[in-house]
Amino acid sequence: MHTKSIKELSTLLQSKQISATELAKLFLARIGQSDLNAFIHVDETLTLQQADEADASLAFSGAGMLTGIPIAHKDIFVTRDWRSTAGSKMLANYVSPFDATVVTKFRDAGMVTLGKLNCDEFAMGSSNENSFFGPVKNPWDKAAIPGGSSGGSAAAIAARLAPAATATDTGGSIRQPASLCGVTGIKPTYGRVSRFGMIAYASSLDQGGPIAKTAEDCALLLNAMAGFDPRDSTSLRRSDEDFTRDLTQPLSGLRIGVPKEYFGAGLASDVELAVRAALTEYEKLGARLVDISLPNTSLSIPVYYVIAPAEASSNLSRFDGVRYGHRAKDYGDLQDMYRKSRAEGFGEEVQRRILIGTYVLSHGYYDAYYLQAQRIRRLIAQDFQQAFGQCDVIMGPVSPTVAWDIGDKADDPVANYLGDIFTLSTNLAGLPGMSVPCGFGQGEKNASRPVGLQLTGNYFEEARLLNIAHQFQLATDWHLRAPNNI
Amino acid sequence: MSLTLSDVTHISDLALLELSDDQARKTLGQLNGIFELVNQMSTVDTTGIEPLSHPIAVCMPDLSLRLREDAVLEPNLRDTYQKSAPATQDGLYLVPKVIE
Repeated sequence: MHTKSIKELSTLLQSKQISATELAKLFLARIGQSDLNAFIHVDETLTLQQADEADASLAFSGAGMLTGIPIAHKDIFVTRDWRSTAGSKMLANYVSPFDATVVTKFRDAGMVTLGKLNCDEFAMGSSNENSFFGPVKNPWDKAAIPGGSSGGSAAAIAARLAPAATATDTGGSIRQPASLCGVTGIKPTYGRVSRFGMIAYASSLDQGGPIAKTAEDCALLLNAMAGFDPRDSTSLRRSDEDFTRDLTQPLSGLRIGVPKEYFGAGLASDVELAVRAALTEYEKLGARLVDISLPNTSLSIPVYYVIAPAEASSNLSRFDGVRYGHRAKDYGDLQDMYRKSRAEGFGEEVQRRILIGTYVLSHGYYDAYYLQAQRIRRLIAQDFQQAFGQCDVIMGPVSPTVAWDIGDKADDPVANYLGDIFTLSTNLAGLPGMSVPCGFGQGEKNASRPVGLQLTGNYFEEARLLNIAHQFQLATDWHLRAPNNI
Repeated sequence: MSLTLSDVTHISDLALLELSDDQARKTLGQLNGIFELVNQMSTVDTTGIEPLSHPIAVCMPDLSLRLREDAVLEPNLRDTYQKSAPATQDGLYLVPKVIE
């Protein structure tokens, strides 16, 4: 039951072969037995209350496609009923007075919340080792990181602890953990999914999106998740869309752009092997590979690590121990209270990014750093527009390597940053992107660690991306693989 | 151009983040590593390029910040919102004395 897709579970629920309560209990039991540390807060009573409501809906004809389907939320989305911590000591005991728009939308669709998922603190990280609540383990190899910042989300799906999870992606935090855990995820075009109630990291880059086992499931989830929200000033007003509408389109004639910068010296040979095999599979499906160039790819790292910390330093200035969150026990005056509360509440990586951000926005440095980064950002966005003149979709690796061991890069911020090279540009340009499982690494350690294929589309082309991913999943079975003991 | 210890102290003051001397020294090393990365940007000639702050402005150049009517839409939920506050009294947030 726990390996079934959302689509399959929906059929079983609608035909009364299983109840929402039975399904919730099943996943809660699996979560209870798991040692992956994927969840921060689970409350069975709350979940079963929601399951009960879903069963009532299913008994009458009020049920929709997602009614009764269990879902877990990345702890970056605030919820009234579970704690909302952002993976941080700063909010370790925070109970939100409101639900994030995304959470409300899924509740309105009748989904049943399983709990809040572990993540890198304030969504800052690529390994889920920056959580105050401890690292998440990769279900494929518990010595390995699951990726980040949505490590809990990806691990939960891979370990079949939930059929659906929400996640967020600011520099790759949906795509990279999905890739390292062998599951499917999509980051929509900037502005598609409301950021209201999504604890802010970098406001011009953050986007929420689903992680699930299949592209089809992601499309179903995106249908519920996306849409205009007047409470998010960057939410885009567009006509309603059904993201499943193009899933069955054949791929003959599809032009796949392959950027030369994504296949250089830094790419591990086993990752390259798996990605190129996937591209060959696409050729069999009727697609044509086109060599393209995204010349400013390597600059995306300094650009992102200026813009994101700058925005973070502003967003995290609200955490001052006054209205919510951690307040130091001992302090002198007000300034001292701020300084101590923040120093105690924030972990090292978060503090580092706040300091970088403060510096690049400060007098004398703003032009050379922040404005320069925003100008190169435009060049990066223009690179993509150039490329989309020659192709319909861009494909390549998500991560230069498969998952590394927990602790390997923990003391080296820059080593972590460099691994983001293939995903950052997509956020800087605001484009939609996906990761789809396409194989595994090679060698004794890496052979059990998944590889993801990255798909990047032009603005608002989620339906097309999901189609391209879905057709691959009809022809291959990487997305059906689960870790040994699952 | 690399940072000095006094730069780190200055930034941490601006950011209202207390850093001990040991932490400041450790952070200095890490920040300099990060800025080595960041300084790659200085090699790029961006003359005539406008900064891009909203990514969608690339495909929707007339995009501007959405405004709404200046009307009250939400009820007063102060008590609910203050439930998570460390210290309150009579609807006010309590902090150390500021005005002497």
